[in-house]
Amino acid sequence: MSNDMNLPVFPREKFAFANIDKRIHDAKFKTKPIGYFKDAWLRFRKNKSAVVAAVLIVLLALFALIVPFVSNYDVSFRDGYYKTVLPKNDFFATFGIWNGAKVQRETQAGYDYFRAIGVETGRDVVLDVKSQSVDRNGITYYSLLVDSYYKVGYTYVNLSETEYLQLQEYQNSTGIQLMYPLPETYRTNFVMGNMGANFWYVLEDPSATSDGQALLDENGDYIKNYITSDNKEQANYTSLRIAGDDGGEDGNTWYVYGQRNQSGYKARVDYYEYFKYKNNFEPTFLFGTNIYGQDIFTCLAAGARLSFLLAISVSLINFFIGALYGSIEGYYGGAIDITLERISDVLASVPFIVVATLFQMHMADKVGVLGSLLFAFVLTGWVGMAARVRMQFYRFKGQEYILAARTLGASDARLIFKHIFPNAIGTIITGSVLTIPGVIFTESILSYLNIIHLETSALTSIGTMLANGQGYLNTFPHIILFPALFISILMISFNLFGNGLRDAFNPSLRGADE
Amino acid sequence: MGKYIVKRILLMFLTLFIIMTMCFILIKMLPLPAIREMGRDVNLILAKREQMGYNKPLLVQYFLFLKSVVMYWDWGVGEQMYEALNVWDVLIQKLPYTITVNLYSILIAIPLGLGFGIYAALKKNRWQDHAISTIVVVFISVPSYVYAFIVQYLFCYKLGWFPLTLESLDTAAFFSSRMIRSMMPAIMSLGFGVVAGLTRYTRAELSEVLTSEFMLLARTKGLTKAQATYRHALRNAMVVILPMIIGEFIGILGGSLIIEKIFAIPGVGSLYIYAINVRDYNFFMALTVFYTFIGLASGIVIDISYGIIDPRIRMGSRK
Repeated sequence: MSNDMNLPVFPREKFAFANIDKRIHDAKFKTKPIGYFKDAWLRFRKNKSAVVAAVLIVLLALFALIVPFVSNYDVSFRDGYYKTVLPKNDFFATFGIWNGAKVQRETQAGYDYFRAIGVETGRDVVLDVKSQSVDRNGITYYSLLVDSYYKVGYTYVNLSETEYLQLQEYQNSTGIQLMYPLPETYRTNFVMGNMGANFWYVLEDPSATSDGQALLDENGDYIKNYITSDNKEQANYTSLRIAGDDGGEDGNTWYVYGQRNQSGYKARVDYYEYFKYKNNFEPTFLFGTNIYGQDIFTCLAAGARLSFLLAISVSLINFFIGALYGSIEGYYGGAIDITLERISDVLASVPFIVVATLFQMHMADKVGVLGSLLFAFVLTGWVGMAARVRMQFYRFKGQEYILAARTLGASDARLIFKHIFPNAIGTIITGSVLTIPGVIFTESILSYLNIIHLETSALTSIGTMLANGQGYLNTFPHIILFPALFISILMISFNLFGNGLRDAFNPSLRGADE
Repeated sequence: MGKYIVKRILLMFLTLFIIMTMCFILIKMLPLPAIREMGRDVNLILAKREQMGYNKPLLVQYFLFLKSVVMYWDWGVGEQMYEALNVWDVLIQKLPYTITVNLYSILIAIPLGLGFGIYAALKKNRWQDHAISTIVVVFISVPSYVYAFIVQYLFCYKLGWFPLTLESLDTAAFFSSRMIRSMMPAIMSLGFGVVAGLTRYTRAELSEVLTSEFMLLARTKGLTKAQATYRHALRNAMVVILPMIIGEFIGILGGSLIIEKIFAIPGVGSLYIYAINVRDYNFFMALTVFYTFIGLASGIVIDISYGIIDPRIRMGSRK
């Protein structure tokens, strides 16, 4: 560049101030600012498995939250006859799956028994005969697909006079028959429990004690074995009568539908219809029932709701205690840090199982089982959170911007909560979220081991459900299947979700464990 | 090094002492278990309790307890169960079951975990790695009791490979094949989680080492990939993995309460559950100290083993 270039000369008048009336500012960003959480969200969104896990967690939480309100059943519901019935869904049942039926091996007597229930109620108990075999003693065995709901069949109920009349009223108005004629009872030593009500047919050998094959007439039909009377209005019965109950050949033998006893009447009812009469809905248990006849679907939701509630409370309380404790430790350091660290070391060294047991023994009577469990979780649970916060404080408290803020006169509290703490928020949120599955898991173990007793008439927990089902693992695996499946899916989801959260908040840690 | 170890051990005993004191006081504050009167003389039991110092002030009782433990290693006798039997003797008698089951499961799990982890690290970001990582996430998350149910249902009930519960010592010797076969369900249920954990850990550590610069140097100087991996990468990764394995070995003393309950293993865990259910406080106290000690000891052993395996690691810096 040289100075002796001949530059053109511009007269002064040709110049004008360009922006004299405008305010000069940097151009505003057209885009929206991306904050810390937005940034994390953008990263989180890219992690497909974490997003799926989050959706699953939300679904499971909704299940736990909503089902207890909308379900026909509640935890205190127990049905003495529909014990251990299998999972059934009316929609899927039409396709032959999820239909509450199970293949079981029966002799001819068993086959006759189930078929007889089907003949009288009009609902086939035996859905399918899978196979038929003869063993070396010449006994025929059938593999039958038996509906676990319909196979309950009939039962005897003791009704008061009014109940008895109401039932007849119900029959008259709806046209649905609940009460069926009473059969002659025999071989009571052989017939167990309510099954006695199902033997309405003549047996081949009434005196035998083991083989209850039916005696069939020449058409292959059962021969009825009802109690008869020559009085049609016997036992105050003026309602529906079954087909064929027309007075018999002499026009004078009627079947008997009720028997007077001390409390009122003994009647024989079709339990499926009787259940509908009592509860106003069809007996369908989506996940089946357990050995007490509780609906597993509802119990699972109620147990999960309890677990979630406990876990979220623990997580929140630990969050506050841990954040405060860790901040103080990390910020002040020195003797305060060492002292506090010793205390939390000691607390963390007590095995949790011992803490839970001691709290349970000392406080369960005073603050309740859940309260004492909450205390136990809180007593040692915050230590991990405090350690995390403390570490973050050590990382940030020496940095220049803190020094600058301190020089400007910021107070300790302001430095802690305004300047350092926000840096730890990502770690803390991840830690808080991961507390939840830990608490749910531990709670299920403790209630499984019966160290905490969470089972009352209106309360249950996943661990209790597992413990109740363990003895029936071979015969009724569905009792354990659903709670186990639920907790497994929950744990997997939370693990994936937690990993996603950690990666999102802390991209530098991606792929590392812990 | 020696000074550090002594310091850590002294600190451990201080912690143990504090926890023991707290637990003793909390346990002694509980109401005494009701006396089962059937076939017993109540006055005799009351007299025995008086003689054992149950009515003395708490601190005096604690002093007596400490004295008998420190001087005679006497943890008291069972009151509700194993009546009049020495607590420590019963505990020692239960230990072999817990140790054996856990030891087998770890011995099976370690080679598997290391193998899968190394394989996944070598095939990093290929489908083999993704498959293993996915399975590991599932296996690490699912609670061990769920495996126990699956194993019990599948192998004990449906296939009938293993007996449902543990053989008793009357019918099978401790290390006989029958005994081991009956332990298999528990060994398997415990193993899944350990394999998954170890796989994840090994993969993470090894894949980190594999990308470091000395690996590049090793390859440059002419080692094959296998040689470099075996001689350099694996050894460096082991610095972190080995202490974890050592920690697992100490942890086997504690065992798993829930697995012992499901498979009816008469181990330490079952003893603890039983002690709580019948409220035998002497057992409760001894087992509390036992569990606390295991937890503390495994922490120390892990820290010390870091220093022994790799002296470059400064004492106490890894926690």
